[in-house]
Amino acid sequence: MKLYNIAHSRAGDKGNTLTLSLIPYQETDYDLLCDSVTAERVKAHLKDVVAGEIIRYELQNIHALLFVCQQALMGGVTTSLAMDTHGKALSYALLEMEL
Amino acid sequence: MGKAKIRIGCGAGFSGDRLEPAVILAEKGELDYLVLECLAERTIALAQKRKLQDPEQGYDPLLERRIRSLLPLLVQNKIRLISNMGAANPIAGAQKIIDIARELGLSISVAAITGDDVLAKIDSSWPALETGAALEKSGPIISANAYLGIEPIMEALQSEAQIILTGRVADPSLFLAPMIHEFGWKTDDYALVGKGTVIGHLLECAGHITGGYFADPIKKPVAGMAELGHPFADVFPDGSAVISKVEGTGGVVNLQTAKEQLLYEVINPYEYFTPDVIADFTTVHLSESGPDQVSVRGGTGKNKPATYKVSVGYKAFFLGEGEISYAGSAALERAELAGEILTRRLKDQFPDLRIDYIGSSSVHRSNFGHSAVPYEIRVRAVAKASSASQAALIGEEVEALYTNGPAGGGGVRKGVNEVIGIVSVLLDRGVVEPEVTIFTM
Repeated sequence: MKLYNIAHSRAGDKGNTLTLSLIPYQETDYDLLCDSVTAERVKAHLKDVVAGEIIRYELQNIHALLFVCQQALMGGVTTSLAMDTHGKALSYALLEMEL
Repeated sequence: MGKAKIRIGCGAGFSGDRLEPAVILAEKGELDYLVLECLAERTIALAQKRKLQDPEQGYDPLLERRIRSLLPLLVQNKIRLISNMGAANPIAGAQKIIDIARELGLSISVAAITGDDVLAKIDSSWPALETGAALEKSGPIISANAYLGIEPIMEALQSEAQIILTGRVADPSLFLAPMIHEFGWKTDDYALVGKGTVIGHLLECAGHITGGYFADPIKKPVAGMAELGHPFADVFPDGSAVISKVEGTGGVVNLQTAKEQLLYEVINPYEYFTPDVIADFTTVHLSESGPDQVSVRGGTGKNKPATYKVSVGYKAFFLGEGEISYAGSAALERAELAGEILTRRLKDQFPDLRIDYIGSSSVHRSNFGHSAVPYEIRVRAVAKASSASQAALIGEEVEALYTNGPAGGGGVRKGVNEVIGIVSVLLDRGVVEPEVTIFTM
């Protein structure tokens, strides 16, 4: 099953850093996401996108995860040669991951 | 001071945002304050370029249209407008607003906030935060703007000014300043300042919290996207708020939109830096309190940074780009042949040449193993160049595929753009001197 089926995500950018939230539709699925969507697994899934480190934050208060991905935007919003310089579409790259 | 509640609307979340959601907020939102956030990282560097060509320019290109449609409503409904549409030239922008008011027969005063332009106060030998190398290594510097905080906006709020026009100010500060002004919070009460910053962050991208950048017809359907309403918050003296939108507008405000926006562009949820506070988002609680209503409680903060962050704009390079489409049988194979030809002809001169296959793997830079054959595909070639004429070669080579490339290539588009890059440095607070200038009729 793809993450898309049980969670939603929004991408953000700061310089060459990409942020991806991961929010389960059902808050009861939060623990499942914590267990199965580790920073290591996301790094492996996004190997063609994220060159640097990925840090995962667990936000128990809103039942959401946040992945902060370094060196992910081909140099950064302002000077990237990518089609999507901001990485705005990359939330749906994360949601392609199989659980 | 002493109000039990204030209502702040956000009618624009970026420079090119739609015009009418702000008009609807001003007309029907029963607002106390309207904020228009119109300044992305690079916008001010581009505005600086316009100001260099014409000293009367450099404010937001849409300022005139936005103000013309809003001003009568702001006056009629006694709403104060706070906006960073001053961009690189808040003084000229404020004068323009006075001119428009005079033309419309309205009497107002406008406060212009300056002092964010710190180009004369930085040294090109300082290391950029992003690269560690001296600023001058990035390229010729054209602008340097410090992210100011609440102080000059609060000073302007003490005046009669109905419109407060800023240059570079941290986005949440545009919202936090009226909260502190109205509720008399102490600027070193970081728990409250942190809460107010959370509310500002939730509002600052306008449609982001009402269903924009959110809707997905399969999993997250949103009604009325073509008439998306922009948000407002009822803010209370204890730092809590209820976020909603004008009844009858399109979109949705719910837990999902609020959660997505709370984490948007957050690098560390324990320490969200603004010039006013280091805010903590990990104690924020969100709940749905009615249809299109989300209650925000909690959040806190500690200290404020000793330095201002400064965005430095520099001339980076010229970007050359060209695209061509293939469709039908063997579309992908023909597109790949086009890519091989372009690579062979351009790679030596443009070592960072990038070939994208639009329709297959251009947006995610991968297709995660989806190997379905697309019916049509578009080849995109792009590279950096040191001059406009060199950059034009990319599009010329793509165009030449019409008669020298694979069968059935059509729809060439080509372009050259000068790219302004942004890097950052930190600057001591004491060096920056924000200033408020009041313009009256």
